Amino acid sequence: MIAIVDYGVGNLFSLHSSLKAVGAETVVTSDKAVIENAEKIILPGVGAFADAAEKLKNSGLDEVVKAEVKKGKPLMGICLGMQMLFERSFEYGEHQGLGLLKGDVVPMKGYIDESLKIPHIGWNALHFVKENPLFRYCKEGDFVYFVHSYFADRCEDSVVATADYGKPLTAAVAKGNVYGCQFHPEKSGEVGLKILKAFCEI
Amino acid sequence: MITKRIIPCLDVKDGKVVKGVNFEGLKEVASPIKLAEFYSSCGADELVFYDITASAEGRALFTDILRETAKTVFIPLTVGGGIRSLDDFERVLGCGADKVSVNSGAIANPELVGMAAKKYGDQCVVISADIKRVNGEYHVFAKGGREDTGMLAVPWIKRCVDEGAGEVVVNSMDTDGVKQGFDIPLLKAVCKAVKVPVIASGGAGSQADFVKLFQEIPDIDAGLAASVFHFGEISIAELKQTLRENGIVARI
Repeated sequence: MIAIVDYGVGNLFSLHSSLKAVGAETVVTSDKAVIENAEKIILPGVGAFADAAEKLKNSGLDEVVKAEVKKGKPLMGICLGMQMLFERSFEYGEHQGLGLLKGDVVPMKGYIDESLKIPHIGWNALHFVKENPLFRYCKEGDFVYFVHSYFADRCEDSVVATADYGKPLTAAVAKGNVYGCQFHPEKSGEVGLKILKAFCEI
Repeated sequence: MITKRIIPCLDVKDGKVVKGVNFEGLKEVASPIKLAEFYSSCGADELVFYDITASAEGRALFTDILRETAKTVFIPLTVGGGIRSLDDFERVLGCGADKVSVNSGAIANPELVGMAAKKYGDQCVVISADIKRVNGEYHVFAKGGREDTGMLAVPWIKRCVDEGAGEVVVNSMDTDGVKQGFDIPLLKAVCKAVKVPVIASGGAGSQADFVKLFQEIPDIDAGLAASVFHFGEISIAELKQTLRENGIVARI
């Protein structure tokens, strides 16, 4: 059973459907016991970092997720859920993340070329910098769907894939049993389903 | 780099896909769910579902179709038609839509764009405008192209983007259904005015029209069409190949 953590941020319909499509038994839950009994955890998220981090904290599920990760349970963060795995975010001020991975979430503005549009929205190709089981069914150059204005930086020890947007942007991270995708696998067609399938099999 | 997107648009009425020429003479095409699955498998980068139903029963049926589609189609879904309030946003987002497109609803209540952007994020709010030349000026039309608002298109779009719209669909009524190519001058004017993604709509008749669109306006992010895809006049897979051969970044 895979637990999708529901802490009141975003729409989990597609994520739930896509996991069902790869044959995973999945539950959308805010119940501590359900998360503790699940084999794997997915931390979704859309919107603003501060708002999402506060909601996660207020739900008390941040501590549950951290404790489960410490026990070795695989966790995957998606989009803002991936950004929350890091130590800090500089989206409108400075905010604490879960601190499961080393690095910061910083604005694209000032990093990428001024002529490029922000948010980075659309399909971009994956470039793998490290081998990882999450991408065992994917190949270099596979396209995935992104929507974001901030990205994970100073995360050399966990970055496994980047996407080129004038400069490399962190596309996926993995360290031990903690995984994260900046893009939306549930919106990335066949490639996205392959990534979810690989996570289910980890 | 980010690819140029190819987006089929499905106008849905009473549970069926329809597409008219110049918004009149609607003709039934197919089941929206089957068509969506088909397009997704051929490499469509995104789908737009446009609800052109007027009745409450039709609206409920549309929502059911959307939910069923989102269970099997895993590419971004934009939903428009009849979006007049935050409740309408909630209704379609809860059924698997990723973005919501507002047109007449924003004209009637311009604050809707800002309220929705604040609640769901800029990336979720798409401003769609039906535009037609009137005495040499670009006018915004409301109510499915039936009513001239008298508003100038570029300032209107710019205002909506300033309020928080994260994407713009520019539908040229002058080129729509004519199949002689996209409205390049209008699209250039909009791209020059805003920094968010702009989607060209209206006028695609051949693969060459898409090539011309992306070559003449490098800032355009996507091309949208309906009937040429529905009737198989353009195959999305072949179109993507053609784009690549012409040096345009496309997802294959």
